[in-house]
Amino acid sequence: MSEVLAAKAPPAHRWISSERADDLAITQAVADPLFTGFGKRWWLALLVTLPFVLWLFIAVVWLFYRGIGIWGVNSTIVWGVAIANYVWWIGIGNAGTLISAMLLLTRQRWRASINRFAEAMTLFAVAIAGLMPIIHLGRPLYAYWLAPYPNTMALWPQWRSALVWDFWAIVSYLLFSILFWYVSLIPDLATMRDRTPHRAGQLLYGAFALGWRGSAREWTRLKILHTTMAALGVPLVCSVHSIVGLDFAASLMPGWQESIFPPYFVVGAMYSGFAMVVVLAATIRWGLSLQAIITSRHFDVMARILLMASIVMFYSYATEWFMGWYGGEHAEREVVRFEFTGTYAPLYWALLACNCLIPQLLWWPFARRSLLMLIPIAIAINIGMWLERILIVWNTLSRGYMPSLWRAFHFTFWDWSFLIAPLGLFAFLFLVFMRLVPSVSMFDMRKLAHEEAAA
Amino acid sequence: MQLFRPGANTIATLAIAAIGAAPVLAVGLSYEVMRSPYVTNQNITRNQPVPFSHEHHVSGLGLDCRYCHTSVEKARFAGMPPTETCMTCHSQIWTNAQMLAPVRESLARSKPMAWTRVHRLPDYVYFDHSVHVAKGVGCTTCHGDVGQMRLMRQAAPLTMQWCLDCHRNPAPYLRPREAVFDPKWRPPKDRAEIGAKLAAGYHIKTDHLTDCTICHR
Repeated sequence: MSEVLAAKAPPAHRWISSERADDLAITQAVADPLFTGFGKRWWLALLVTLPFVLWLFIAVVWLFYRGIGIWGVNSTIVWGVAIANYVWWIGIGNAGTLISAMLLLTRQRWRASINRFAEAMTLFAVAIAGLMPIIHLGRPLYAYWLAPYPNTMALWPQWRSALVWDFWAIVSYLLFSILFWYVSLIPDLATMRDRTPHRAGQLLYGAFALGWRGSAREWTRLKILHTTMAALGVPLVCSVHSIVGLDFAASLMPGWQESIFPPYFVVGAMYSGFAMVVVLAATIRWGLSLQAIITSRHFDVMARILLMASIVMFYSYATEWFMGWYGGEHAEREVVRFEFTGTYAPLYWALLACNCLIPQLLWWPFARRSLLMLIPIAIAINIGMWLERILIVWNTLSRGYMPSLWRAFHFTFWDWSFLIAPLGLFAFLFLVFMRLVPSVSMFDMRKLAHEEAAA
Repeated sequence: MQLFRPGANTIATLAIAAIGAAPVLAVGLSYEVMRSPYVTNQNITRNQPVPFSHEHHVSGLGLDCRYCHTSVEKARFAGMPPTETCMTCHSQIWTNAQMLAPVRESLARSKPMAWTRVHRLPDYVYFDHSVHVAKGVGCTTCHGDVGQMRLMRQAAPLTMQWCLDCHRNPAPYLRPREAVFDPKWRPPKDRAEIGAKLAAGYHIKTDHLTDCTICHR
């Protein structure tokens, strides 16, 4: 528990649980641990993540050396873990921008406590997602061919290829996420610059604070810029995952060629992303003792969003089944039948349990407010969403139009590597972020405290 | 507290500008390097074991291209003349010229001359001289004013872009059949007009002329 902000149960205010939270208290609670260090716990966590980072590095080197044959992919199931990972990670990335942009535009004040680290989560998740299609390429050194650049071959990328749409979706989303995150970081960087006792810290935070003085004019400009970017960001979030959906929907395969894919992918992205935010919020709240700032009510509202998304996801699955049957196409019906009874049926049932059944617990308020309930549910949702992505790939490719090409995917050690090791890299990046940058937006929190009359 | 000197503002502005400008400049620089003679070998004159002058043989003596490059109308490769072709004349004239000693040695030892290659296409490019000649592309259209070259040089960049310039719109580069091997041929003023007629006459259809498999087989 933070010494400066003591959380009270029941919460003293709607979004702040301590009785008093004046400007200085909030700033100290968030910023001061960064100057003193986080102690053993942080180093221990970093040490745990390092082997995973190394593991991923070795896996990538081995992949580049041997080629994608080290995975379980074969001539029928040409997509595998890398593509499922790509969809899953970019989905997780989506929630960060969504929380920041959509909740900012809809004036949901509670976003103040979680938007900063949710955006950081977006950055790291999108960066990892961006790696996945590249490592999936047979010849990754030609990944730059996706970019239109002047060349002596007079060639442009194939605009009809979903891969090129992906490239633009990821690049624009990553650039946007970085800028959006950075813009809202500037006032806090200035706070860090002014409070840090170290000369190097002053120079570093000072350089990135771009000479922020906190004048009324600067605040106005920042607000205009931030709101404008948020307005740009919401359609971007939707377009990014729609395009990921089009990777599948623009094909001619049974089970993929469905017009529901883009919206269904966007909701799925929001779903897994919010689940990840819940896990990270709980971690940060515990790690930085921010119980006063990230309250049980925050978890309550996020859980409600999860519940809503789980219902929409179930509706989407049901629509898929219905359209598979109603369309009358033999191959489509075969894919639906295969989902429920085929090689991967246990995984499919697990998916339905994780994404549709277990989250129904969130109808009960105690489940939404108890972290002991909510965190396992959120993790289950993340597992379920990964299963959804890998099964979209596997089911269709395993049961295409040509029965003689029906195959199954078998996990290799390297498939596991690319599934597990990026989680370690993500945790590593997140730990570094926590150590260097205030994980909660201090100026947004101060504003919230004033609005809550807690200051 | 003053952390930075006033000059820091300039550095910050420059740094921000550089973030935007650096990628553009890097791409632009790479492109310029890739199309420069440093990479394409355009206009580089090669030394040869015997300083064979196209200027002398083509412009001075009026030899037809096909006298030496015999397979140009029939095959992918235009053909390099065997030493015997040189000897049709040089067994009679300049028989003791020091300059021609390697040619005589080549004949005596039955060992072909090792000319230095001037025009080199990558292995993944299928290029056929015969079809270009048959469809009205003149020798000097690609090889430049050979009649003025003392030693051979590569006149065109030979980039894919350069190939496609013509494959996308061949009409302006075509000649009447009788002018294909004329090294002194100059395009007439109404070239655009007759180009279209020539293209029709040669049955050139551009629909599939830029398909990948036309050149990459």
